[in-house]
Amino acid sequence: MSSMLVLAIVAAIGVVAFFIGRQRAVAQDNGSVKPHSRAHYHGWWAFLLAVLPALLLLAVWNIGSSVYLERHIHAALPERTADSAVASEALDVSLVKSLARGLRQLDANTQLPASFAELQPLLAAKGVALATDTQDYMIPIAVEANAVQDRLGLIGAVVTLVLSIAGAFYALRQVAPRARARNNVERLMLWGLLAASTIAILTTVGIVLSMLFQTIQFFDSVSPASFFFGTVWDPRFAAAGSGGSQGQFGLIPLLSGTLYIAFVALLVAVPVGLMSAVYMAEYASPKVRSVVKPALELLAGIPTIVYGIFAVVTLGPFLRDLSAVLTGGSPFIQGQSIFTAGLVMGVMLIPVVSSLSDDIITAVPRAMRDGSLGLGATRSETIKRVILPAALPGIVGAILLTASRAIGETMIVVLAAGVAANLTANPFEAMTTITVKIVNQLTGDLEFNSPQTLVAFALGITLFALTLVMNIVALYIVRKYREQYE
Amino acid sequence: MTDIPLDTMVRAAAPARRDIGLKARYAAERRFRIYGVLAISVGLAFLAIMLITIVSKGYTAFWQTTVTLPINFDEKIIDPSNKRATDPDVLIKANYPKLADKALMAKLGIDPSNKPMALKLKGFLSEGARVQLRDIVVADPSVIGTTRNVDILAAANLDSAFKGQIDLNVEEARRKVSDQQIAWMNQLKADGTMAEHFNKGLFTYGASSRPETSGMGVAIIGSFYMMVIVLLLALPIGVAASIYLEEFAKKNRFTDLIEVNINNLAAVPSIVFGLLGLAVFINFLGMPRSAAFVGGLVLTLMTLPTIIIATRAALAAVPPSIRSAALGLGASKMQMVFQHILPLAAPGILTGTIIGLARALGETAPLLLIGMVAFVADYPKTPFDPATALPVQIYMWANEAERAFVERMSGAIIILLVFLMAMNITAIVLRRRFERRW
Amino acid sequence: MNIMTEQSLENAVGDKMNAKSNEVIKMRGDKVGVFYGEKQALFDVNLDVRLNQVTALIGPSGCGKSTFLRCLNRMNDTIDSARVTGKITLDQEDIYDKSIDVVELRARVGMVFQKPNPFPKSIYENVAYGPRIHGLAKRKADMDQIVESSLKKAAIWNEVKDRLHEPGTGLSGGQQQRLCIARAIAVSPEVILMDEPCSALDPIATARVEELIDELRQNYTIVIVTHSMQQAARVSQRTAMFHLGYLVEEGATDKMFTNPDDKRTQDYITGRFG
Repeated sequence: MSSMLVLAIVAAIGVVAFFIGRQRAVAQDNGSVKPHSRAHYHGWWAFLLAVLPALLLLAVWNIGSSVYLERHIHAALPERTADSAVASEALDVSLVKSLARGLRQLDANTQLPASFAELQPLLAAKGVALATDTQDYMIPIAVEANAVQDRLGLIGAVVTLVLSIAGAFYALRQVAPRARARNNVERLMLWGLLAASTIAILTTVGIVLSMLFQTIQFFDSVSPASFFFGTVWDPRFAAAGSGGSQGQFGLIPLLSGTLYIAFVALLVAVPVGLMSAVYMAEYASPKVRSVVKPALELLAGIPTIVYGIFAVVTLGPFLRDLSAVLTGGSPFIQGQSIFTAGLVMGVMLIPVVSSLSDDIITAVPRAMRDGSLGLGATRSETIKRVILPAALPGIVGAILLTASRAIGETMIVVLAAGVAANLTANPFEAMTTITVKIVNQLTGDLEFNSPQTLVAFALGITLFALTLVMNIVALYIVRKYREQYE
Repeated sequence: MTDIPLDTMVRAAAPARRDIGLKARYAAERRFRIYGVLAISVGLAFLAIMLITIVSKGYTAFWQTTVTLPINFDEKIIDPSNKRATDPDVLIKANYPKLADKALMAKLGIDPSNKPMALKLKGFLSEGARVQLRDIVVADPSVIGTTRNVDILAAANLDSAFKGQIDLNVEEARRKVSDQQIAWMNQLKADGTMAEHFNKGLFTYGASSRPETSGMGVAIIGSFYMMVIVLLLALPIGVAASIYLEEFAKKNRFTDLIEVNINNLAAVPSIVFGLLGLAVFINFLGMPRSAAFVGGLVLTLMTLPTIIIATRAALAAVPPSIRSAALGLGASKMQMVFQHILPLAAPGILTGTIIGLARALGETAPLLLIGMVAFVADYPKTPFDPATALPVQIYMWANEAERAFVERMSGAIIILLVFLMAMNITAIVLRRRFERRW
Repeated sequence: MNIMTEQSLENAVGDKMNAKSNEVIKMRGDKVGVFYGEKQALFDVNLDVRLNQVTALIGPSGCGKSTFLRCLNRMNDTIDSARVTGKITLDQEDIYDKSIDVVELRARVGMVFQKPNPFPKSIYENVAYGPRIHGLAKRKADMDQIVESSLKKAAIWNEVKDRLHEPGTGLSGGQQQRLCIARAIAVSPEVILMDEPCSALDPIATARVEELIDELRQNYTIVIVTHSMQQAARVSQRTAMFHLGYLVEEGATDKMFTNPDDKRTQDYITGRFG
C-alpha cells in the first residue's frame, strides 16, 4: 500500500472522528451541566489524536524500513573480492535499488529473464534506463528486496491505520460535558508553535553540522594548515579523481580578495549611506522624504544579480575604455576588477547603510537635539557634535552588519570580480573571493567526495564563521544602544 | 505699570555683540547640506542610470522579427514514400527546413537551382522553423498537400539587423549578416512579409542554444513553484514561531538562543543556505537536483527570519489593552491570539511576507549551488522536475556571448524588476494604508 | 558680565514689591500667536519680560505657556508645522526679523528644558559645548575658566569638580538639571528660558534649583514656566497667567497671588482647576 493512500485514509479517519466528536458533544449537552469546552474542540481533539500519532508512526516506520532494506541488500550481495565487477559496495547497493525501482514498472505477471542483457529491453520499453554495469546476480536480490519492501509497507500501513482508529476511539470516549477538550487542543497547538520556533535553531545546527561534516572530510586529504595559510589557490579540476597530483587550496588569496572588495564597497557605501540618512532624518522636508525614501527602498529591492550584470555588461567595459582614453593607449582598469565590483557593491549597500543608520539616528532622543539647538548650535553642528557621537555605537553596529553583507555577497562578485585567484594590491586588477570560489567549485558536474568540491564547504564554514562573529557583535552593540535610549 | 511704552522705556546699554563666527559656521552648514544632497543624488543617479541602461538594452526583446511565408506542405518533401500511416516517425523526421527555405526562395524570387545564391540564404530563418512546422503537421496531418501562411521566426542575427542594432558600416566580413541578406531583408520589409511582432516566445519558450527560440517559460514556472512553496511553508511556520516567541515564550536562555539565531540567520549570506541545501536536502536526504522543490525549501529557510521579524513587530504593535479585553471576557490565551491579535496584526504580517517573497524571488546564489543552473527545455510538470528560476535564467544568459542573448537577458531583467517593483510597491502601499497609530 | 549696567544692578537688588518705573524691558511680546498646522495654540499674547527679574508663566497644562516660552528663542522653528504671528522683540529688535540670525539669538537667549538632557559626553564637554561651537574660548585655560565659573554659578562645582571627565549622564537627576543650567550659562546668554526645570526632580533637588534661580537673577533675565504656583511665588518677581492659549493676567507676583484681578486667576490659585 503506498504511503499516499495511507495518508489519505488517515486523514479521512481524522475527518470522520472530528464530526463524530463534535456530534457527541452536542448530543451530550442537555443543558443540565455547563460544558467546559465548545463542541468543535471535542471534534478537533478527536481529529488530532486520530492523525498525529499515526503520522508520526508512519514517518518513523518509513525511515526505519528503508534502513532495514539497505542492510538487507547489503547482506544479500555476494562477498566482495578484488575482481568484483562493480567499483564499490555503495555503488553495488545503489544499482540494486535502482533495478528494484525499475522492476516495479513491469507488469506483475511478466516472466523475469535471468540475465540483465535480456531484462534491459523490457525495462527500456517502460521508459526505465539503467546503468549498464548492473549485474545478473542483482536481479534476484532486487526481486527479493521488492518483496521485503512490500511486506514492510503493508505491516506499516496496517499498524498506522490501527493506531489512527485507536486514537480516534480513545478521544471519542473522552467526550463529556466537563472534559477539557479545549485545553488539550490548545496544549498541542502550543507544542506546534514551539516546534515552529525551533526551526531557526535547527537551521543553524543544520548549517554548522552539514558544513562541518564535509569540511572534516576535506581535511582528510588537505591539511588545515595548508588550507588556512596557503597562499596559492589551484584546485586542478582536471586531476580530480585521477588520484595523481593534488591541487593546492590556499585560503589567503580568496580571503584577501573578499576583504579588499568589501573594503572598497564600504568606502563607497558608508559615507554616502550615512550622509543620505542624516539628510533624510534631519534636513529633508516631508515631501522630499516621501519621494526619496521609497526610491531608496526600491534600490534596496533590486536583486544583486542585476547589479552584477550592470557591473559586467555596462560599468566594467565603460571604466576599461575610459582608462584607455585617459592613458591614451592600454587600459589600466581591467574589465573585471576589484574597483568595479567594489563600486557596484557599494552602491548596492547604500540603502542598507542608510536605512540602518536612519533607524539609529532617529532613535537619538529629541531632547538631545533641542538641548544643542537651544544653546545656539547650527543644525550641522548639532549633528556632527551631538547626534552622531551619541549614535556612534549604533552606527558601528550598522557598519558591521553591512560589512557582513559585503563579505557574503555573491552574484556581484561572481560576475564582476573575476575568477583568477591572485594576490594584488592594485584595485584595478581582478581578484576573486570566497563566494565566487564556492560557486565555481559546486556548479557543473561534480564528483561529490573529491577535495575539489569538498573545499567549497570548508570555504563556506569559514564564511559562516566570519559573518556569524560580525553579526553577533553587531546585533549585540545595536541592542545595547537601543536599550540606552528606551 | 505693565505697559511701559517702548519709546519711553529706559534701555540698558546695548550689550556688546559677540563675534561667534557666524559666517564660517553658516558656510560649514551649507557645505554639510550639500554633502547630504550629493549623497542622495549619487544613490538615485545610479539607480536611474542602471534602470535606463537596462531598459534601453532590453525593451527590444519584447518584439521579435518574423517572416510570414506561404508554406506549401508538400507531401513529396514531408513523406515522399507515403508511409506515415504505418510509421508515425516519418512526420517527426521529415525535412521541414526545406519547406521553409523553398517558400522563402519563392518569395524572394531566387531560383532554387542557383546553389551559391541559395547558400547565402543560410542563417536567414531560425532553426526553430523545423520544430514549428513539425508541430503543425503532427497536430494535424491533414495540412499535408495544402498551402498556408505561417509566421516563421527570423534568425537572431537578422532580428538584430531588422531592429537596426547591427552597424552596417562595419565591413561585411566582420559582421554576422551579409549585404545580400540585408538586401533581402529590406525587400521583405518593403512588402510587409517581414515584420516585428510581440514576442510571446520570450515568456513561453524554454532553454535553447539559439536566442530567438529561448525564453523564460521554464524559469517562470520554476519561480512560481518556488514562490508557492515558500508561501505555503514560510508563512505558517513564521507566524507560528512569532506567536510563540511574542505571546507565549518566557524570557529564558532557550528563547534568547532562538532570538539570537533568528537575527543571525537574517544576516547569514544567502550562499550558505545553498550549501545547506546541497549538503542536507540533496546529498543527505537524496532529493533531486535542479528541482524547484529543493529551491523552495532553501528559499523558505532563507525567508523565514524576515517573516518572523516582521510578524513579531506587527504582533508587538497590538496594544496590551486588546489583550486584556479579550482575556477579561474569559477567552483563553490561544483564543485571544488567534481571534484578536492575529487579525489586527495581519497587514503587518502581509507586508513582511511580501517583502520576504520579493527577496526570495530575486535570489540567485543558493539556487546555483543546488543545480538550478541547468539547460531545461521542457516545462517542469511538478516541483520535483528539473527547472530554473528567473534570476538564474538571467545569469545563464549573462554567460552567453551572443548579442541577442544580452537583449533577452535585459528583457528578462525588466520582467523580473516589474514583478519585484509590483511586490515592493504593494508592500509600501499596504504599510501606508494600514499603518495604525494606537 | 558685560550686560550688567549700574541701572540694572540697582533693579536687581530692588525690592520685589517696589518695582521701579524705570525697569528695563528686556523682551516684549506683541500680539503673539502660534499655529501648529491648522490649530491655533496661542492667541494675541502681549507680555513684557523685565531685565534681571524672574518672570514666571503659570497656568493649567496645555494653556500655551511652554509654547510662548519656545517662541522667545525660536525653538518653535524646529517643529515643521509651527507658525508664529505677531512680534517679539529682544532689546527692541524683532527676533523674527530676517536680519536676526537664529543661532545668534539662541546664543543670547538660552534654554533649559523640562527633562534634564545632558549630552552623552563628559561633564566638562557638556559645559564646554556651547563656548566651543561659538568660539568663545581661544585657549584651553580660557575654556577651563569658563567651565569652572559656569559650574560654580550653577552651584554644582563642588559636587563634580573631581569627576569632570566622567559622563554627564551618570549624575543624579537634580545634578543633571544643574549641569544643563551650567551648560546654558557657559554661553553667557542675556536671557535664560526654563521650561518646568524642576518637574522631573525630587523636592530636595527642586529646592536647590530654586535657590539657584534666585541667585542667577542677579546676572540674567529669567523666564520660567512652572506648573507649581508655590514655585512661582517663591522664585519670581512677575507672574503671567495663561489659560487656553490666552494671557489672562500679568503682574507683580505678590499681587497675583494675593489679589488677582481676573476670576480665572483667582480660581486657579485657589486650586479650582489645574
